[in-house]
Amino acid sequence: MRVWKFGDNIDTDAIIPGRFLTINDPKGLAEHAFEGFRDGFAGNAQEGDMIVAGRNFGCGSSREHAPLALTGSGVRVVIAESFARIFYRNSVNVGLLLVICPHAGEITEQDQITGHFAEGYIEVSGKRFDIEPVPAFLQRIIDAGGLVSYAKKIRSEDLCMK
Amino acid sequence: MDQTIVEKIFSRRCNKDVVAGEVVMAPVDGAMMHDITGPLAIEKFYEMGGTRVFDPKKVIMLFDHQIPADSLNAAENQKTMRKFGNEQNILNYDIKEGVCHQVTLEKGRVCPGDIVIGGDSHTCTYGAVGAFATGVGSTDLGFALRYGCLYFRVPDSIRANVTGKFADRVGAKDLILNIIKDITVDGATYKAVEFTGETVSSMPMAGRMTCCNMAIEMGGKVGIVPPDQITAAYLKDRASFQGTDLASDDGATYSSWREYDAGDLVPQVAVPHNVDQVVDVDQVAGTPVDQVFIGSCTNGRFEDMQEAAEVLGNRSFSDKVRVLVIPASRPEYLKTLRAGIIEQFVEAGALVEAPCCGPCMGGSFGLIASGEVSFSTSNRNFKGRQGSTEGKVYLGSAATAAATAITGVITDPREVR
Ligand code: SF4
Repeated sequence: MRVWKFGDNIDTDAIIPGRFLTINDPKGLAEHAFEGFRDGFAGNAQEGDMIVAGRNFGCGSSREHAPLALTGSGVRVVIAESFARIFYRNSVNVGLLLVICPHAGEITEQDQITGHFAEGYIEVSGKRFDIEPVPAFLQRIIDAGGLVSYAKKIRSEDLCMK
Repeated sequence: MDQTIVEKIFSRRCNKDVVAGEVVMAPVDGAMMHDITGPLAIEKFYEMGGTRVFDPKKVIMLFDHQIPADSLNAAENQKTMRKFGNEQNILNYDIKEGVCHQVTLEKGRVCPGDIVIGGDSHTCTYGAVGAFATGVGSTDLGFALRYGCLYFRVPDSIRANVTGKFADRVGAKDLILNIIKDITVDGATYKAVEFTGETVSSMPMAGRMTCCNMAIEMGGKVGIVPPDQITAAYLKDRASFQGTDLASDDGATYSSWREYDAGDLVPQVAVPHNVDQVVDVDQVAGTPVDQVFIGSCTNGRFEDMQEAAEVLGNRSFSDKVRVLVIPASRPEYLKTLRAGIIEQFVEAGALVEAPCCGPCMGGSFGLIASGEVSFSTSNRNFKGRQGSTEGKVYLGSAATAAATAITGVITDPREVR
């Protein structure tokens, strides 16, 4: 498990530049993840790696290609001090776990992180950092494995089709 | 209970009183899809077991980001969407009308009190007509296409109250950049930004769209202007709507209330690489630029073209600068053309392109190379947004862009007389 550390306000243009948005599959997108922004991520990121960032991770464009570029790279978890709204929602929908941790800034690339997400904390090289709980309605979508699976199970009385 | 305009919209559409913070399943009155996020949304729609969209009349489809198709992938994506549009009886504006947000509004597809989503972060622009409108990703869009509703957390609101009269050659873009500087890039995350005050209530639709468009640059879920006579006049021949009786109650609760004085404002410029890095134009005046872009859903309307033309007069653009002018839609293009402004721009040395996103997203043409500087009337100056990650993007009004294009260095439009 490797930690890839980023700063504040990492926008979705940085995660996947606009010129690659004609690609729709996670693996294809992963080849260009952080291209020109953090060269060396694509090609070296591996299954189980984590991204750690500061404030407002994922701001900017609504492109779902951004979380897909990360899942295609093998990243399953992003830990940040805060996330932009659309990116947060998109990630939940496609099954990328986002963890809000006020102490994310203290984590370095040398750290080893073990997630105890359900218990509400992460262990960072022996230290314990609390994480914020996920809002209940999003937890339901996460538990279902993303919005597509959730949609398949949804009851008609939970919808408002008029 | 006193409510904000956004709480009222959700209450009306959900048939129950809701307050900020509540999560609701709400019906959507419109769902916009374009060539970038559309193909994935269609895939998700089918994965969720969709066969027919909830209501073809409420789906807005068009292509604007990579048009005419600039690669085989883009062509294939557009083909996928055309086919879907045909099969589902969706009116598809295809590549003919211009930038999604401008087109959606000018075709009267959004009315006061509506809840509208779009597969594009700048969907928040539609708050300009007093709707709740927000950008979503492709999976959410696919869900809405199938079920006609979506989960929303009713947002808290920030009130941005603006008084005072703009000085000459200062306007809505300078105002919104100044507000973003104050609220910061994530200061409105999960929140609605409600624009009010005499400056806003006397502001034409073009300026309201500019302000609402950039709500997302503060993390906002929507920018919204209470509908009024100006809204009604704009919608009159475009849509049939229920009237404009919709505004926040006096005792509504805001997460913060901010006051701005438009009279104090000088031209504002957002410097690389964050939209809240905003300075008075004199602080960056003299910075050489390689490309100037006048266009986008933020400032590609006739009013912007007029503003740029007024600064330009009968001068020429600098030989050192590539000037790209792209009106935001076909009607805006035609108005600009008929006013003689297109001719004026071409005479002055600009390249005028057909309505589309152009270099705004750095996905199609007009990219900047490493070390190059762009001055743009669009909404994002992120690293790499308009091409090379080694390039730089400055943002400002059409007047400032025109002044800059004339001199070749960032220039205060009030100094070009
Ligand atoms: S003009 Fe720019 S910001 Fe507007 S929709 Fe197109 S790419 Fe997005």
